[in-house]
Amino acid sequence: MQNVRVETKDGFLTLTFTGEISIHNLQSIIDFTKKLDFESYTGKTIFDFKDLTSVDTASAIYINKLLKKYDIKLKAPNKQIVKMLELTKENSDKSFEYKPDKLDFLQKTGLYTYKKFAFVISVLNFLGELFVRKVKLLNIKNFRTKELLYEINQTGLKALGIIALTSFLVGIVIAYQAAVQLKIYGANIFIVDMIGISVLREMAPMITAIVIAGRSGSSFTAEIGAMKITDELDAMRSMGFDPYYFMIIPKILALIIVLPILIFIADMFGILGGAIISKTELDLSFMFFIDRFNEVIAFKHFFIGIFKGPFFAFLIAVIAIYRGLNVKDDTQSIGKNTTKSVVESIFAVIVCDALFSVVFTNLGI
Amino acid sequence: MQDIIKVENLTTFFDEKIIHNKISFNVKKNEIFGILGPSGCGKTTLLRELCLLEKNFNGDVNVLGYDFNRLSQKDEQKLKESWGVLFQFGALFSSLNVYENIQKPLLEYTKLDKKLIDDIIRFKIDIVGLKQSDAYLYPSELSGGMKKKAALARALALDAKLLFLDEPTSGLDPISAREFDALILKLRDLLDLSIVMVSHDLRSIYDTIDRFIVLDDKKIVYDGDIKGVKEVKNSFINTFFSLGDSV
Ligand SMILES: Nc1ncnc2c1ncn2[C@@H]1O[C@H](COP(=O)(O)OP(=O)(O)O)[C@@H](O)[C@H]1O
Ligand SMILES: [Mg+2]
Repeated sequence: MQNVRVETKDGFLTLTFTGEISIHNLQSIIDFTKKLDFESYTGKTIFDFKDLTSVDTASAIYINKLLKKYDIKLKAPNKQIVKMLELTKENSDKSFEYKPDKLDFLQKTGLYTYKKFAFVISVLNFLGELFVRKVKLLNIKNFRTKELLYEINQTGLKALGIIALTSFLVGIVIAYQAAVQLKIYGANIFIVDMIGISVLREMAPMITAIVIAGRSGSSFTAEIGAMKITDELDAMRSMGFDPYYFMIIPKILALIIVLPILIFIADMFGILGGAIISKTELDLSFMFFIDRFNEVIAFKHFFIGIFKGPFFAFLIAVIAIYRGLNVKDDTQSIGKNTTKSVVESIFAVIVCDALFSVVFTNLGI
Repeated sequence: MQDIIKVENLTTFFDEKIIHNKISFNVKKNEIFGILGPSGCGKTTLLRELCLLEKNFNGDVNVLGYDFNRLSQKDEQKLKESWGVLFQFGALFSSLNVYENIQKPLLEYTKLDKKLIDDIIRFKIDIVGLKQSDAYLYPSELSGGMKKKAALARALALDAKLLFLDEPTSGLDPISAREFDALILKLRDLLDLSIVMVSHDLRSIYDTIDRFIVLDDKKIVYDGDIKGVKEVKNSFINTFFSLGDSV
């Protein structure tokens, strides 16, 4: 041990310290002193500080503990050491103990239940605020065209590329898998039916909703959440700019307008992907593909796909905004709420889609 | 006395814009050293350079015996453990409470056991003048003054001997500001700290600062203590310190 030397003489235990003790080498001193038998030398231990140059507060706290517990005597401490020991002494007598809250099972269950309940209430609260107070009073004067156009650009125009690409690739994947099976039965031409219906009715709306939930939903949540933490929302309110009219309604409307258009784009590119595979794998020419498409795919499939758009958009936007407003005062809650926003909106979209499926099937559409 | 910071011919630039043009100064051990100057003259930037947060500069900077131009990864880590920084707005970790904020560096950089860490934290909370029960509060539940005190406690967690403070009293009410000044003085004496601080607060400059530099127009226009400053012909200095006559 480089900083401490131990001697026993005439029934006294002497520890000679050298150099300096600081928080960085304190642990090794502690490990060393732990091995010593202070117990049997109580009142007969001497700390020789002649060659000790300095201690910091952390080590002074530790030394004070030893001094008090085993009635240790000090030899030749310098001014700085005496000062530090004095300074940290009061403290070591105090008895406040930091105890983080530990909940038992019952408390946890209660808290969890209450939180779920509060969640339902706060969702209803938000929807009530949105529809009963804000949408009802929406008129030409407080309608923010500029914000709406900005949001349409952000969520719509800028998403065109990624939507087209994703949908194109999904079209290719589906067509490719189908082509292999259909070839076995020599049912090549049915690829058109398959691609047409699955892309128009299900794939395009779903892919679009998922990409938009990940892209715009997360950004709504993070943006509103950060604004909440920095008090920007309150600043807007204090200037009489209602965040509902300035941000929230434009965002919801923008998504509702944009999503059907994006689904249309996804339709086009998904089918294009399918058509390309039909040509390369099954030797169906583009002309034939289009002719057959015209023949077998009813307009309703296209319509149903587009029709889902506004519903999905509404779910994504409302969940994302609710999650943003739900952000608490710390930065981590932005992350948590953004995650929840994306997961919940994708889940909501899938549930909604399932409901539509049941309803449309029963209606025979 | 020994110089713990030596700066020579420091030039700072962001893109085309020069912020400091060949400035030189020293900070002595155990001194409270001020950096003054009009808004936007580069005080915060200078402070950030001294604590290795900003590296956009040329020139020789030497802090605690380490030459910034020849700094290994290891030296840098070591330096960062040996000083404390108090940011203008506290910059406490918002998802941790006061206790956990102070605990963070202790857990990260030492292997001390939980009980001793508890004692150390209790002492730090005490010495910056917070109440023990404030340990449970989250940053959003603290007032401006408490935030600065908690941030100071965190900066002192590893017993730093050198502190960097950016406008420690700005945003505080006059009473909290004076309390904070007293606290800085007290800590300097108790813990043998050396302190570099940016300040706009005349009262706190008169009360706490031993020596300061005034930055204006990319240069140091004054380097010395409060006594000599009034002789200097500089419009910022004249306006700023003549306010002090009425204080
Ligand atoms: N990261 C940066 N990029 C470009 N310019 C910066 C950056 N940080 C600061 N500046 C500029 O440097 C100047 C000094 O800034 P700062 O040090 O914050 O001033 P102050 O003296 O008010 O603390 C300002 O003009 C600011 O615009
Ligand atoms: Mg500044």
